[in-house]
Amino acid sequence: METEVKLTKLASCAGCGAKVGAGTLVSMLEGFRTHQDPRLIVGYDKSDDASVYVITEDTALVQTTDFFPPIVDDPFLYGQIAAANALSDVYAMGGTPRLALNIMCLSEQMEKEAVQEILRGGYDKAYEADTIITGGHTIQGAEPIYGLAVSGFVHPKKVLTNSGAKPGDVLILTKPLGIGILTTAAKADLVEQPLLDRIYRQMATLNKAARNIMVKYGAHSCTDVTGFALLGHGFEMAQGSGCTVHIVTDQVPYHKEAYELASMGFIPAGAYRNRNYAEAGVTVTRSDITLPMQDILYDPQTSGGLLMAIPEHEAEQCLRELQDSIPSAAKVGYVTEKQDNWIYLE
Amino acid sequence: MKELDARGLSCPEPVIMIRKAMASGEDAYTIIVDNLTSRENVTRYANHQGYQVAVKEENGEYRLSITR
Repeated sequence: METEVKLTKLASCAGCGAKVGAGTLVSMLEGFRTHQDPRLIVGYDKSDDASVYVITEDTALVQTTDFFPPIVDDPFLYGQIAAANALSDVYAMGGTPRLALNIMCLSEQMEKEAVQEILRGGYDKAYEADTIITGGHTIQGAEPIYGLAVSGFVHPKKVLTNSGAKPGDVLILTKPLGIGILTTAAKADLVEQPLLDRIYRQMATLNKAARNIMVKYGAHSCTDVTGFALLGHGFEMAQGSGCTVHIVTDQVPYHKEAYELASMGFIPAGAYRNRNYAEAGVTVTRSDITLPMQDILYDPQTSGGLLMAIPEHEAEQCLRELQDSIPSAAKVGYVTEKQDNWIYLE
Repeated sequence: MKELDARGLSCPEPVIMIRKAMASGEDAYTIIVDNLTSRENVTRYANHQGYQVAVKEENGEYRLSITR
């Protein structure tokens, strides 16, 4: 749908690029009083995608929320992408989403039809995810915002945190990188429509299939690659797991056009924040891993793919099955015992 | 030499600004930006176009002297 007011013009930063830096958040939460409860098996102490609270022996509640300003002008697509992104956090924990609440902020310039289309996009994705939207909360503000608070379920013994990776695991990433760079360059009209259509479809794609296959092959650890980029989320996985993550740079899937645009300086602020956060933990082992390539690895993704640690003996079969439904899925690295640094770019 | 003021602008506006200015193909430009992202991005763009960049920081603002 075309609207008179361009949605992205109402936003000051794009998608997950709007996310506050990981380092900033960790330091802000320090020292707050919280109740201790053994049933809360995943909290925010290890910067995971969602919290997990055990209800019964075989059921745990997964809770998460995610929202951002418009990343595309088409309101239906924006709603789809924001919902797919929010639902993804439950998939990344190995869970299945069931209930959701709308979180919305409307700016005065928005037309009623556009608001309805955003919601239609959200409901569309929630339906595809077997999730019911039961209500929500909407306010007025300077910038539009849309997203969901999602509740889902997971077996307490099958929770996939970002701290479960084990030496020998193979790392698989399911969606190509470069979204932040491409959406930044799109603001300068430097991205062709067919490529834009491709990345919009990619962002609106649920991580449902990826989750189902990963669970089937007994993944040890998972996180979705969003605002903190492959290296920021990889850094958290490495630290959380007490292991070293090796990224085989040549195997990382990314949109080729993003390389040239990164070298031209169309890099979102979030990429610099991510570099700032993770750089000390990253050792670049080859001089031919160029600055634009590193920018892609630090590029914040909106509704990015799953980064999963799969046991070595299952990895090949798992990757084959993933590629049947998700052709962009690729092996991007492996996990070893902790070495001198947390991440090695090879 | 062309002087540009990109203060108050965020990514990618300063890069768009220098890109438009560079269409005239002059040998030197000066651009003032007020955040690190713009400093880095404008530097990357200028280098990509074959220019050298010298940065001077004053009170949280960056003066980029771009020369060929």
